[in-house]
Amino acid sequence: MAQFIDRRLNGKNKSAVNRQKFIRRFKSQIKKAVTDAMSDRSITDLERGEKINIPARDISEPVFGHGPGGRREGVHPGNTDFISGDRFSRPPGGGGGRGGKASNSGEGEDEFSFELSREEFLDLFFEDLELPDLVKTQLAKQVRFKMVRAGHTSSGVPANLNVIRSMKKSIGRRIATQSPYRRRLREAEEELARLLLSESETSPRVIALREEIARLKARIAAIPFIDTFDLRYNNRIKQPQPTTQAVMFCLMDVSGSMDESKKDMAKRFFTLLYLFLTRNYERVELVFIRHHTIAKEVDEEEFFYSRETGGTVVSSALQLMYDIIKERYSTSDWNIYGAQASDGDNWTDDSPVCRDILINAIMPCVQYYAYVEITEESHQGLWREYLTVKRACPSFAMQHITGPADIYPVFRKLFQKKAA
Amino acid sequence: MARQVLSETSEWTFDLLNDYHREIARVAAHYKLDTYPNQIEVITAEQMMDAYSYVGMPVGYTHWSFGKQFLSVEQRYRRGHMGLAYEIVINSNPCIAYLMEENTMMMQALVIAHASYGHNSFFKGNYLFRTWTDAESIVDYLLFARNYIAECEQRYGADEVEAVLDSCHALMSYGVDRYKRPARLSLEEEQKRRVEREEYLQSRINDLWRTLPILGKGMEKQAEEHFPAEPQENLLYFIEKNAPLLEPWQREIVRIVRKMAQYFYPQRQTQVMNEGWATFWHYTILNRMYEEGLLSDGFMIEFLQSHTNVVYQPPYDSKYYSGINPYALGFAMMSDIRRICEHPTEEDKQWFPDLADSDWVKSLDFAMRNFKDESFVAQYLSPKLIRDLKLFAVLDDEADNQLEISAIHDERGYQYIRQALAEQYNLSTREPNIQIYNVNRRGDRSLTLRHLQNNRRPLNDDADEVLKHLARLWGFTVRMETVHEDGEVEMTHECRKG
Repeated sequence: MAQFIDRRLNGKNKSAVNRQKFIRRFKSQIKKAVTDAMSDRSITDLERGEKINIPARDISEPVFGHGPGGRREGVHPGNTDFISGDRFSRPPGGGGGRGGKASNSGEGEDEFSFELSREEFLDLFFEDLELPDLVKTQLAKQVRFKMVRAGHTSSGVPANLNVIRSMKKSIGRRIATQSPYRRRLREAEEELARLLLSESETSPRVIALREEIARLKARIAAIPFIDTFDLRYNNRIKQPQPTTQAVMFCLMDVSGSMDESKKDMAKRFFTLLYLFLTRNYERVELVFIRHHTIAKEVDEEEFFYSRETGGTVVSSALQLMYDIIKERYSTSDWNIYGAQASDGDNWTDDSPVCRDILINAIMPCVQYYAYVEITEESHQGLWREYLTVKRACPSFAMQHITGPADIYPVFRKLFQKKAA
Repeated sequence: MARQVLSETSEWTFDLLNDYHREIARVAAHYKLDTYPNQIEVITAEQMMDAYSYVGMPVGYTHWSFGKQFLSVEQRYRRGHMGLAYEIVINSNPCIAYLMEENTMMMQALVIAHASYGHNSFFKGNYLFRTWTDAESIVDYLLFARNYIAECEQRYGADEVEAVLDSCHALMSYGVDRYKRPARLSLEEEQKRRVEREEYLQSRINDLWRTLPILGKGMEKQAEEHFPAEPQENLLYFIEKNAPLLEPWQREIVRIVRKMAQYFYPQRQTQVMNEGWATFWHYTILNRMYEEGLLSDGFMIEFLQSHTNVVYQPPYDSKYYSGINPYALGFAMMSDIRRICEHPTEEDKQWFPDLADSDWVKSLDFAMRNFKDESFVAQYLSPKLIRDLKLFAVLDDEADNQLEISAIHDERGYQYIRQALAEQYNLSTREPNIQIYNVNRRGDRSLTLRHLQNNRRPLNDDADEVLKHLARLWGFTVRMETVHEDGEVEMTHECRKG
């Protein structure tokens, strides 16, 4: 006799540990794929996982087997017009005497692809940034929801039962379903009263009427006082917790000296700031400003991928930022953040101008302003002027960056402030 | 006698499963199928994917390769490239079969007939399974293996354990003694004997290496003693017993992988028979139930649709062709044996004098018990079936720049095709014949393997990688010599170490 066992409620993630082992084992390949994926993504696009392709060769498990060549014989079905002794050249692609065996092995052999979940993806992305774990959890957490009332539903848990609504329904239903019987009952009773004036108790019509009245009363009594059909429950739905809005200004120097690797570093810096902001604000707008000698507001695509040459006047970008703030983002409605990436080059006479714009115009408006200087050379005028700004304004952060691991310290204070 | 059909809709319930199972068991008993008791588990699609990635073990140790398997199954399933197999069955006592929640009632009945009666009776009856696997203790052993490996990871680090497992997996198909009957395994004994074995082995290995060269006059001339005395085909066993530098726990892991290899060894050799047998029985049992009036017409049509999908054999020039479908060949052969027993033609009487007009249930049972794919094809592939499948043989010789059709389904070709197809299922021609030939005990302790070439076929490109794994386990240089068919020996691969 067989035994049937219902295992459906048992855990289904038996393979989770093996999956983790797989990811750990091929971390370097997967990370490369993550980095590539990141450079193709927009910096706002962090809410999904990623399909990862890694070369199948890297993860194959070798076993002894026969290579091509030698003499082999294969038996196949479905002969149509061969007769023994027929000779013909090797079909193309079968290659090197793989011969009769259908060459179906070509498919899927070069790439092994699978999905990384959003958490796994962010985890790998954060890895070189050397974020403390606390920050990682803060960043990776999903949007917070609040339960709000949203009318009533006909199904729910007993705790949410709305008694008043349910009773209203019950009364309505009872009135509706009883009314034909009640009408007939009223008529019968009136008729009985009339009959009793003229006839005695024992007359057959009186007995028949009395029976009908009894039957109708039973019918009325049989209609339930409350039915599952009447029940109404308070309905609650999830609503994203309303938080205030923020705007993030991305400023980048696009003069000839900013090469691809510097831009990539800048992109990571902007991405990280964006992530911080999306965790704290429901709505984050981005403004991209790039500059060489003159500044221009552009979209993200142009911001990262087009390049120009020429000198550098940083103050042009700061001035544009200030103008945009005045025009579109009033400080009473918006939390404003600034992020600037540059290689530190600036036209010498311009640096004091930058300092003045920052201290007098921009810093009073913004919550936080972060500056990163991506360079291997020694600091120039801009850095020195910015040091003055830093002394004057507590919410100004600056950092000299040589690798991705240097990015996080810029945000230290920002994060601490939010966590407190 | 007209009976009530068991159910009309495609919904299943546990009560219905019980009803169907009762009837299937009754019909199976009528055909004298001898099975282990059944344990039938209902699982979800996700759980099926888990079961899948453990290559059909109910519990398994953790390793990244199972994760890789899982990811690829999941990916293909989600994209809809592949339906999940509707059954997984485990050779254990009681025999565990999985039913997927999403299946219709028809599918559940099909799986119960196919797995719990077809495969189950095959596991219990076939000589390879009887010899190489022990259904009583496999689940216990797997549990022991998983716990042991988890313990090793705790104690020696996950990376260390992973390295040993990787190397063992590379050699997994060389972990079986083909000509020796293995001892039975059981959880208690395993644990009891493990400690003793570790100590004993370690002492023996030291013994083996104690004959250090004492350089003296006349010593060089002494003919070098060959070790091992006979070439060894079971590479993992040899490593487990003789590798000089392995720690006791590493030997135990080698042993675990070797036992797994042994457990799966019969399955690799009986695919056609096993699937053919199970398919034949689900077909026969359900048809019988239909004749008895237990199944509705709708059920039968749905059933026949799945059944024909399973046994479809695309011809060689179809884009769906990927070799011979073991379900198709196995089912056709099993059905053909029944036909020969019941309605033999003159040709059949000539080819199968013993089979013609015998009791088909007995004859099939005999075939199931005493053969593996290779010998089964060699014994039972009939001329009629060769004609029906239009089989033909293609000879592909590297020395010849053209392919040649060596035989087709005609009078002259039957024997030839039967032999060629049997050879195609012969494990020793499918996999290269590699043996441990010599250990240099007096010099660099290097290990020499020999690849006995068959039909001039060389090793594949993985050979170097596999040798690296072997060298990791052995601890010293490993070489591979290829023995050509004319007896000439050539050193083809080497992995230096130490």
